Amino acid sequence: MTAVLSTHGLLARYGDFQALYGIDIELHQGEAVALIGANGAGKSTLLRSIMGLLPVGREMVRLHGDPVGGTATDRMVQKGVAIVPEGRRLFTGMSVEDNLRVAIDQAARMGAKGGWTLPRLHQLFPILKEKARTQVQSLSGGQQQMVAIGRALLCQPRVLLCDEISLGLAPKVIREIYAALPEIRATGTAMIVVEQDVGLARTASDRLYCMLEGRVTLTGRSAEITREQIGKAYFGAGHGVV
Amino acid sequence: MEWFDALVQGILLGGMYAQYALGMALMFGVMRIVNISHGDLVILLSLIGISMATAWGLGPLPVLIVLVPLAVLMGWVLQKAVLNRVVGSDPLPSLIATFGLSIALQNLMLQIWSANSRSLPGHGIESQSIEIGSVYVGLLPLIVLAVATGLTWGLDLTLKRTRFGRALRAASADVEAAAMTGINPRAVYAMATAAAVGILGFAAVFQALRSTVAPADGPAQLIYAFEAVIIGGMGTVWGAFVGSMVLGISQAIGFRIDPGFGVLAGHIVFLIVLATRPQGLFGKALS
Repeated sequence: MTAVLSTHGLLARYGDFQALYGIDIELHQGEAVALIGANGAGKSTLLRSIMGLLPVGREMVRLHGDPVGGTATDRMVQKGVAIVPEGRRLFTGMSVEDNLRVAIDQAARMGAKGGWTLPRLHQLFPILKEKARTQVQSLSGGQQQMVAIGRALLCQPRVLLCDEISLGLAPKVIREIYAALPEIRATGTAMIVVEQDVGLARTASDRLYCMLEGRVTLTGRSAEITREQIGKAYFGAGHGVV
Repeated sequence: MEWFDALVQGILLGGMYAQYALGMALMFGVMRIVNISHGDLVILLSLIGISMATAWGLGPLPVLIVLVPLAVLMGWVLQKAVLNRVVGSDPLPSLIATFGLSIALQNLMLQIWSANSRSLPGHGIESQSIEIGSVYVGLLPLIVLAVATGLTWGLDLTLKRTRFGRALRAASADVEAAAMTGINPRAVYAMATAAAVGILGFAAVFQALRSTVAPADGPAQLIYAFEAVIIGGMGTVWGAFVGSMVLGISQAIGFRIDPGFGVLAGHIVFLIVLATRPQGLFGKALS
């Protein structure tokens, strides 16, 4: 079976600093994959490279087997890849509904088909209906994260990239947001979830990749990998248990 | 009575400034592109309109009908060929590029039309007036004000309610996040500049009808447009409209005090607003 999304020896650099050294990952239909690793391991860089936000070689990223590396971000969205970016990146000065409408507009323009509609999103996150007319900057962090996830879903993605969606949120809110992920997966959308919290990452994913300093140091089924293995892969050889 | 008349004249003058300011509100206020050639584009369009009128014997309305689509096309080409290469979080590259364009346009106009002042024949429309109460109001300034109000209303609705408007607001809030929702920012910017310069097509016709234009007149129009946008507040279309009114009224009252003081009075009010409320009358303070 061809992977929905795969990277092949992906290299990325910021100026003189090399951030990724040949990353190979695969994501299959309907699968959730977690990317874990310490700060600076290159997790966000990997997602940004896939999304066309960093220059990468054409053959380094494949979507349904087709080389798409370096494709412009808006074209990647058109091809069915959406991202919930780190820091949420909502459109400030615009209401919750207008933030979501931007995605609906573009999906309509591109003729993207999928099951996500505003009413369906309101079922998933009821607060978004209540706050529809509120400016996004006056929402709580958790509510903003729901808008960011909603905005990505309304792009009707077949692949959803989630970058640190639990960052800075209270445990109760994190549970609420992660509780929505199975429903998103049930639509057949494959997911890559970047997550700092190893426990959370394991329960939310089928497989995981652990990254360290721009390389993948461990990969396997989330349920089978031991904490000792993750500890070694997370901090490098010679370090203790998490 | 004399002051009331000044107020009325000021509002009418503000209608003219609003037509320069709307395009500026869109480019500078929304896209953060500093377009130094803004005024020169008005003058260029005016001169093209005047030449069309003389060559083909067109009246003001047919000139307007031809000029506005031409202006839209010019705006689109300007964004595609020049501004999309320099647009970004740093306003300096667009400022430098359009500063060069401004000088080039002024010299091009001098070459084609010489330094002489010209105006668009209005076939009498420019001298008609109607009496409202005890104040005589020129018909042309009234039309200018009505058109400015209509353009402001239309632009405001476009930004708030349409797919294009939402995409433009999204792109100006966060270009990268806009691309992440499928927006092609360069295509959206090209449409926005096309709309901004299209509005200048209206301004060009009315400017050439109500007074004379010469190739070196652009920078003054640029200053008025900047001042109106800053007074009103960045990013708000009705703010730019009100800012134009404030500028027009200040100048008209200044002229009443002393004919040499009019333009300066406008600049002084602008500086007072900048010093006391730098975010503008309708702008939100940066936290």
